[in-house]
Amino acid sequence: MAHQTGVSADADDAGRVSLMNDPKARGLVFQALLIIAVIFLVYSGVSNAIDNLARAGIASGLGFFGERAGFDIGQSFIPYTNDSTYLRAFFVGLLNTMVVAIIGIFLATVIGFIVGLARLSKNYLVQKFATVYVETLRNIPLLLQLLFWYKAVLSILPSPRAVGLEPGVEVVFNLNNRGLYMPRIVPEGGAQFILFAFIIAVVAWFFIGRWAKKRQMATGQQFPVFLTGLALVIALPLLTFLVTGMPMSLEYASLQGFNMVGGWVIQPEFMALLLGLSLYTASFIAEIVRAGILAVSHGQSEAAFALGLRPNLTSRLVVVPQAMRVIIPPLTSQFLNLTKNSSLAVAIGYPDLVSIFGGTVLNQTGQAVEVISITMLVYLTLSLLTSAFMNWFNSSVALVER
Amino acid sequence: METLPTSIRYVRSEESPTMAPPVSTGGVGGWLKENLFASTRDTILTIVTALFLLWIIPPIIDWAFISAVWTGDSREACLGPGTGACWAFVEAKFGQFIYGRYPIEERWRVNLSGLLLIAGLVPIAIPSVPYKRENALYLLVVFPILAFILLTGQFGLEPVETALWGGLLVTLVVAIVGIVVSFPLGILLALGRRSEMPIVKMFSVIFIEFWRGVPLITVLFMSSVMLPLFLPDGVTFDKLLRALIGVALFSSAYMAEVIRGGLQAIPKGQYEAANAMALTFWQGTRLVIMPQALKLVIPGIVNTFIGLFKDTSLVLIIGLFDLLGIVQQNMNDQNWISPATPATGFVFAAFVFFIFCFGMSRYSAYMERRLDTGHKR
Repeated sequence: MAHQTGVSADADDAGRVSLMNDPKARGLVFQALLIIAVIFLVYSGVSNAIDNLARAGIASGLGFFGERAGFDIGQSFIPYTNDSTYLRAFFVGLLNTMVVAIIGIFLATVIGFIVGLARLSKNYLVQKFATVYVETLRNIPLLLQLLFWYKAVLSILPSPRAVGLEPGVEVVFNLNNRGLYMPRIVPEGGAQFILFAFIIAVVAWFFIGRWAKKRQMATGQQFPVFLTGLALVIALPLLTFLVTGMPMSLEYASLQGFNMVGGWVIQPEFMALLLGLSLYTASFIAEIVRAGILAVSHGQSEAAFALGLRPNLTSRLVVVPQAMRVIIPPLTSQFLNLTKNSSLAVAIGYPDLVSIFGGTVLNQTGQAVEVISITMLVYLTLSLLTSAFMNWFNSSVALVER
Repeated sequence: METLPTSIRYVRSEESPTMAPPVSTGGVGGWLKENLFASTRDTILTIVTALFLLWIIPPIIDWAFISAVWTGDSREACLGPGTGACWAFVEAKFGQFIYGRYPIEERWRVNLSGLLLIAGLVPIAIPSVPYKRENALYLLVVFPILAFILLTGQFGLEPVETALWGGLLVTLVVAIVGIVVSFPLGILLALGRRSEMPIVKMFSVIFIEFWRGVPLITVLFMSSVMLPLFLPDGVTFDKLLRALIGVALFSSAYMAEVIRGGLQAIPKGQYEAANAMALTFWQGTRLVIMPQALKLVIPGIVNTFIGLFKDTSLVLIIGLFDLLGIVQQNMNDQNWISPATPATGFVFAAFVFFIFCFGMSRYSAYMERRLDTGHKR
C-alpha cells in the first residue's frame, strides 16, 4: 500500500482556506459543471434527434395514438380489431403484460415457497430434488427456458387431428399444438347473483375473522374461522346457483375443419411464457424463503415449544412472521424482476406491451423515440407502483421497535 | 385406574422371551428410516417424489443417451421415429456455436484472447496468489486492449468485422465488456449516491433507479433504435457496440447498488479515521474505504456477473448472434431441420450456460464463506 506523504500546501495556513480548497465552494463548482455537462448532453442529443427525424421525414409527437392500428393481436382482454386505434393496441399490450405478470407472480410465489420449504425438509429425496430444481433453473438464462418451452416442447405437440380429435366431437380437456383447451363457463341471466354471493361470503369471512379474534382476546375461546369461511365461500355461491335455477352452462371445444372452435383456450405462447417465468422466478424465491426461515434463530422455535405450542402453530405464529420480515424485501425485487422479464414475451410472440408497442407499432410508425420512451415509462411506473405497494406491506409486518 | 385386578401380586416363574433387537439407527436401514420414512407424511412424500422421478428420469436418460444420435452429417440421421437428442447436429455446428462466422483461419486469435483471459482470471480467483492489484489492473485495462486488438484485427492483423462474430465469443464479449465498464461506473455512481452534494446525489439516484426500473430488452431496443437518432449525422456505431453501450449502462446501475451495499457496511469510524489522517476524499476512498468495501461485495459482484452473463442472451432479440442466437439460427438450417433439433440445441446451450453460471455461483458461495469470518454472532 502506498505510503501517504505530503499534506496539501495550504494546510499550515491554519484558519484561512483558499477558495480552491473550500469543500463547499468546490462542491458548488463541481455540481454546476455537472449540470452544464448534462444540459449540454441532453441539448445536443435532442437537437441531433430533431435534425435526424426531419431528414428521415418521421413525424414526432403523440398524434399517432389516434390512428388506425391495422394489425391483429392474438390475445386480447378488451375488444380489439385491426380497425382499433394504436392507443387501444397499447392498452391491449399493457393488459396482456399485467395479466401474465400477476398470474406469474402468484404461481412463482406458490412454487417458490413449496420448493424453499422442500429444501429445508429432513426428507433426503425431497430436499435433493428441490436443490437440483433450484440450481438447474436459476443457472440457465430465462430466454433460453422460454424458447425451450415454446419451441422444443409446446410447438412440437401433435396437431388437433393427430391427438385423435374427431371433427365436431366436443372435448372437455385437450392439449395440442393450438393450446390447452378447457370448457368455458357461459353465464346466463341471473349469473351475476352468484358473483354477488361469492363477494358476500368473502366479506363475511373477513368480519367473522375479526369478530373471532376479538372474542378470543376477550374470553380466550377459539372459533374455527377457516372452516366456517371455507364453508361459506363454497356453500353460498352454490346455494345461489341452485336457487336461481342454474344460470350457467359449459361450452366445450371441438374441432371444426382445421380449427378448434369454442371452449376456453390458453394459447401456447401464453403457456410457455407463464411456465418459463414462474418456474424461473420460483427458483429464486425458493432461495429467499430458505434464507428467511434459516434467519429465524433456533431459540425462537425452542421457546415456542417450551410454551407448549404444537409444531404447525409454532411455524404459523412464531417462525413465519419473523421470517417474513427477512423474506419480503428480496421477494419484492423478484416480483419486479418477473414483471420486467415478462417483456421477453417478444421472443416467443406473446402479444405483450413490448411485442405490440415496441415491436409492431414501432415498425409501423417509425417513431422510435416516443414509442420506446413510453414503453420504458410504463415499466418504470409498474416497478415504482409494485415497490411502493410492497414497501407498504413490508412496513405493516415490520418489527415495531421502541 | 378404577378397574384394578383383584390380585396385583405377580411372581415371574419363567424367563420372559427375548425381545427383538432395537431398530437400527445406523447402517443403510437406519439411514433410510431417518431420512426417507421418518413419519407417515415423510413416507408419502418420499413415495410421491420417487414416483415422479421414475416418471421423468428414464425418458430423459433415454432421450439424451440411449436413443440419441451421435454421428451423422445431415438431418437424415435424426429423422427416424423415436430418436432422441440429435447430438450429431451439435457436433457438426460446434465451431459455429463457439466462434460464430469468425473466419476459420483467424480463429487462433479468439483462442489466444481466451487464453489471455484465463491467465488473468485464474490467479485473481485464487485468494492466496499475490499481486492482486496488478492482476486486477491487467484484467480491467491491459486485457481488454489486447483482446480488442486481437479480435477486431489491428496493427496488420486481418480485420474481422463484428458482424462475423458470434456464438460463445459474443456472449463472453458482451458479458466481459459489461462488467469491465460497469465496475468503474458503478463505483462512481455508488459514491455519487452517497455524496453530500445534492445535485450529484440526485443525478445518481435518477440514473440508478431508471435503469433498474426498466427491462433490459427495452434498453437494448433503445440503444439499437433510438441511440443512432441522438448522434450527429454521419456518426454510426456498429450493432455490437450499440448493444454493448446498452448493456454497460444497464449493468452499471446494478453494480452501483452492489457497491453501495459494501460502502454502507463500512463502519463510520473508518471514514472518520481517514479524515483524521488528513486524507482527501479521493485518497480516503482509494486507500481506506474501497479496499474494504470491495472485498465485502465480491460475492455480490460475482452474482451481478452471473446475472449479466445470463442476460447477454437477450441480444439475440436485436439481431446479434450470441450463443443462444446462433444455436437458434442453426436450428433452422435446412440441412439439419428435424423435430429433435430444437430441443438438442437448447439443451446444449443450456448446458454451456449452466457450466459457467454454476461454476461462478459455487465460487461466489466459497468467497462468501471465506469472507464471512468474525461476523457471526
